[in-house]
Amino acid sequence: MTATTATVERRGRPFWAGRRATGLMFIGPAIFVMLLVGLFPFLWSVAVSFQDLTGSNRTGNWIGIANYQKLISDARLWAALGRTLLILATALPLELLLGLLLAFHFQADRPFKRVFVALLVLPAVVPPMVAGSMWRLMLDHKFGPFNQIIGWLAGEPIVLLWVIKPHLAFWAILIAEVWQWTPFMFIILLAALANVEREQLEAAEIDGAGRLRVFFRIILPAIMPVLSIALLIRALDLFRIFDAVWQLTRGGPGNKTETVSIFMYIRGFQSFETSYTAALVVVLLILLSLAVTLALRRMEIAR
Amino acid sequence: MRQRSGFREAGWYAASLLILAVMLFPIYWMFMVSLKRPEEIFKSPPVWFPAQPQFGNFNALFTDGDVWSLWNSLVIAGMSTLIAMFLGTLCAYGMVRFKIGGDNLAVWILSQRMLPPIAVVFPIFLAYAFFGLADSYPGLILLYTAFALPYAVWMMRGYIQEVPLELEEAALVDGHSHLNVLWKVTVPMARNGLIATAIFAFVFSWNEFLFALVLTRTEVLTFTVQISQYFGSQSTFWAKIAAMSVLGTLPVFIAVTILQRYLVRGISLGAVKG
Repeated sequence: MTATTATVERRGRPFWAGRRATGLMFIGPAIFVMLLVGLFPFLWSVAVSFQDLTGSNRTGNWIGIANYQKLISDARLWAALGRTLLILATALPLELLLGLLLAFHFQADRPFKRVFVALLVLPAVVPPMVAGSMWRLMLDHKFGPFNQIIGWLAGEPIVLLWVIKPHLAFWAILIAEVWQWTPFMFIILLAALANVEREQLEAAEIDGAGRLRVFFRIILPAIMPVLSIALLIRALDLFRIFDAVWQLTRGGPGNKTETVSIFMYIRGFQSFETSYTAALVVVLLILLSLAVTLALRRMEIAR
Repeated sequence: MRQRSGFREAGWYAASLLILAVMLFPIYWMFMVSLKRPEEIFKSPPVWFPAQPQFGNFNALFTDGDVWSLWNSLVIAGMSTLIAMFLGTLCAYGMVRFKIGGDNLAVWILSQRMLPPIAVVFPIFLAYAFFGLADSYPGLILLYTAFALPYAVWMMRGYIQEVPLELEEAALVDGHSHLNVLWKVTVPMARNGLIATAIFAFVFSWNEFLFALVLTRTEVLTFTVQISQYFGSQSTFWAKIAAMSVLGTLPVFIAVTILQRYLVRGISLGAVKG
């Protein structure tokens, strides 16, 4: 295995690379489909966002930037954004840390290691909405085993209403999220660790460098390119978190666990605030496209 | 280098088994619930192993016709994967060998993959309502194709870069067309990567929930939406949820276990090459 970094070799230039017309015919159909589904509906929402369309008002008048002004003063939106970032800021470090610990543990070459690893990645490929359903079942205060188990550990029966009490609902989401995606971090980091050069590690060991020092000086820089991609993928996944939250709490109780995606879903598809949702879509797509493009460029993954 | 004592070994295995037990427990629980009789599911304290495991919950899915949702998922994910792999491989080949678009195009394509689905699907929803494409196979397959394309292009770009150029050059000099070279030389060389990419693209579409939730009502309900409909305000049909989840998850587990070698590369978007 070799990690690709910015230094990946660039393949030679074929003699036919200059035949642009032929090349365009190869990329044309795919680009067309992506634009058809990505760009044109987007332009449509830009137009819609300057009107006042709702479920009951289907004709709509042009109202300028009123929807955008409303976005800025929408406390519920800001709360949803804050909550999303809070989930991001707690789940991501946890997944990274646990994934790294697991990767170090399973780095050892022992019989059956591959079986362990193969089984351990399974949570990451469960459909996220099924994962949400599973945890709803696990955390049920009557027939779910989770309370039972912490009751055993605590030595007394414990009844926690996980998806009903607001402060617990946040933890329920966090548990489901970390459970599902720690294996994702784990398997990527495990592969990255396998690529750290043996000689360097052995040289450091002979020099008597401490474990922490070896980690920060040799291992971390070596796995950094892969680590940063994994973090980017996870951060964007967490920012758009929907499936598991929907299954666990549907944003409730009240709107106490509403994330940005849930907020948009409710506004767009349940209260049918068409133009208002469109405005949010426009803002979000522009901001995120910029952020993602910048991040990807910095990482030079595209080379 | 490291000295191994029996004690250390045993400790490693004990820790590994404990980790596995914790991580796989929710999956175990879902499987057990699917085998319980309905009244057993709601017992408190919970039953860890059904007294008489039975397949009645699965039978109910068949007799009530709920399994059609699995068929819908199969059709939508399958068709869109085929189309996306076809167009995606062409596109990747054009980018790699004809140097079209350079890094900018590659970054744009990858960024398409990373946008929030809810923001992508809302404009689609408006457009589909206008063109009457909602809740239909063509509409869903088109959207899932566009969803799978960035992944297919991105991954195939990596696999095609690994195919040696000399073979293609020789074939072209022999007078084969570009399309012929791609089909006869490049695709066979990149076959394993192509199959792995196709299966992962399929799994992502199969697992998808939000697009289907927004765009299906009754006609082409996928299994993830079907599961969400079992959650009622009055009662929740756990027997069906568990059984359907098992049916929906098992194929994914099998696919991923077979593709173990390609897994890391597949989910890290090629950041780690296997």
